[in-house]
Amino acid sequence: MPAALGAAPVRVSFGIAALDPRTRLLGAFAGVLAVALLSSLWVLAAAALGTFALALAAGPGTAALMRRLVHLEGFMLVLLALLPFTVPGTPLFGAPPFVASAEGFARAVQILLKVNACGFLVFALLGGLEPVRIGAAALALKAPERLVQLFLLVVRYGGVLRAEAARLQEAMRARAFAPRASLTWSLHTWRTYGHMLGMVLVRALERAERVSEAMRCRGFSGRLPASAERPALGAADLAFALLLAAAILAAFAAEHLA
Amino acid sequence: MSALLALDGVTVARGGRTVLAGADLQLHAGERLALVGPNGAGKTTLLRTLVGLERPSAGRVVAFGAERRTEVDFGTVRARAQLMFQDPDDQLFCPTVIDDVAFGPLNLGRKRDEAFAAARAVLERLGLVHLADRVTHRLSGGEKRLVCLAALIAMAPDALLLDEPTNDLDEENRARMIDILLRLDAALLLVSHDRDFLERIATRAVLLREGTVRPALVHRHVVTQEEIHIHGLDASHRHAEG
Ligand SMILES: Nc1ncnc2c1ncn2[C@@H]1O[C@H](COP(=O)(O)OP(=O)(O)O)[C@@H](O)[C@H]1O
Ligand SMILES: [Mg+2]
Repeated sequence: MPAALGAAPVRVSFGIAALDPRTRLLGAFAGVLAVALLSSLWVLAAAALGTFALALAAGPGTAALMRRLVHLEGFMLVLLALLPFTVPGTPLFGAPPFVASAEGFARAVQILLKVNACGFLVFALLGGLEPVRIGAAALALKAPERLVQLFLLVVRYGGVLRAEAARLQEAMRARAFAPRASLTWSLHTWRTYGHMLGMVLVRALERAERVSEAMRCRGFSGRLPASAERPALGAADLAFALLLAAAILAAFAAEHLA
Repeated sequence: MSALLALDGVTVARGGRTVLAGADLQLHAGERLALVGPNGAGKTTLLRTLVGLERPSAGRVVAFGAERRTEVDFGTVRARAQLMFQDPDDQLFCPTVIDDVAFGPLNLGRKRDEAFAAARAVLERLGLVHLADRVTHRLSGGEKRLVCLAALIAMAPDALLLDEPTNDLDEENRARMIDILLRLDAALLLVSHDRDFLERIATRAVLLREGTVRPALVHRHVVTQEEIHIHGLDASHRHAEG
């Protein structure tokens, strides 16, 4: 575990931004896989700390990191509160039928550490990357083409559809629509939202139709051409890969020795 | 000389309504034809019919010297006649501008390096190369239009069908679009409500109304109900053509 901890600051000095998106994607994948396989709480704690430092140093900025963490930790709190009571084992506290077990508690902490370590690592490596570049990197790494197409189209048109929904809502408000803030909304409110939702869906479908037509008009026959410029991997990528591999190996070694 | 693209008595229905009812149209090489008509007259439908996105229930679509009926037929048409959609967001689906401009050439079977070099060359020619690495959905409306045009031009088409191309263009980009179009070799079919734009570009005009196409004169004022006249520099030439 000291190795896992020690590796983090060294990695940072290379600058995550200098790494090829493919390296970052593969690194995130390998790191997450390794964390998923680890089980020792100490090793996991070291991994979480190391990745946290990495995220702080290389991610999209402390404020953005904290904002993203709030979502994650809220969910984790629920898990931490419930899991000890649902796993049978040595009783810690509470009275039947609600007994918190030591095993349950350990399991909850383990999941907490794993999820956080993975989250930090992904924030650090992919947080500053345009989704389109993640897609391109995935394609370059021979990820299933359909999946990447789907991902890229969602990225491309998510915003368009959101903007369409927002325009509809503005148009509704511009004509003095205000949702009734009562517990049971008025029928008018429900009906209006129904219309809006229907309209968003219909427009999304028609949009999809037109996009596919526009693609056919430019000779598309079902396969996306490979993405733009793809420079060779550099020394930074190699160094990062070696350090990450060393950290992962050290973590597994520490787990076996423990 | 035979036309590049032609509709011969074409009838097309959309959503159960007859939109085109025996429409005739011819687009010749070297020509810049304005297609005008009121909202909902079927101008977009007509353009779609020419590239096989709508299939006529009667009449013939003749493109590049052969009658076209099937999806396969229109596949070859679409490699040579490029349609610009009314909404650029429908057209620009690639992550970055250069990807999008290279998309067509790649589909035509060009090698990756070649296609991207060609895409870059087109952007350069149109003065848009500074947009090459921008993410498409973050472009302004006008920039999206120009990039769409670049993507179509990258296909080296014989004919360009443009559906309201000057929408959401500011003066500068509009002037740029006009400049680009005037320097193209491809025949143009222009659907637009922008009088001044048509006046500067079109060499001939037709009016779509009640499902049929009739000649119109390029003149500044609406002279009769039937004809939208758009003033041109060489009106006599157009009168002769009309
Ligand atoms: N997707 C569609 N489904 C059904 N009817 C349509 C569709 N698109 C257009 N129409 C109808 O076809 C007619 C012609 O439309 P269009 O070709 O878009 O006209 P224009 O481009 O001249 O404004 C209109 O009456 C319109 O309501
Ligand atoms: Mg239209």
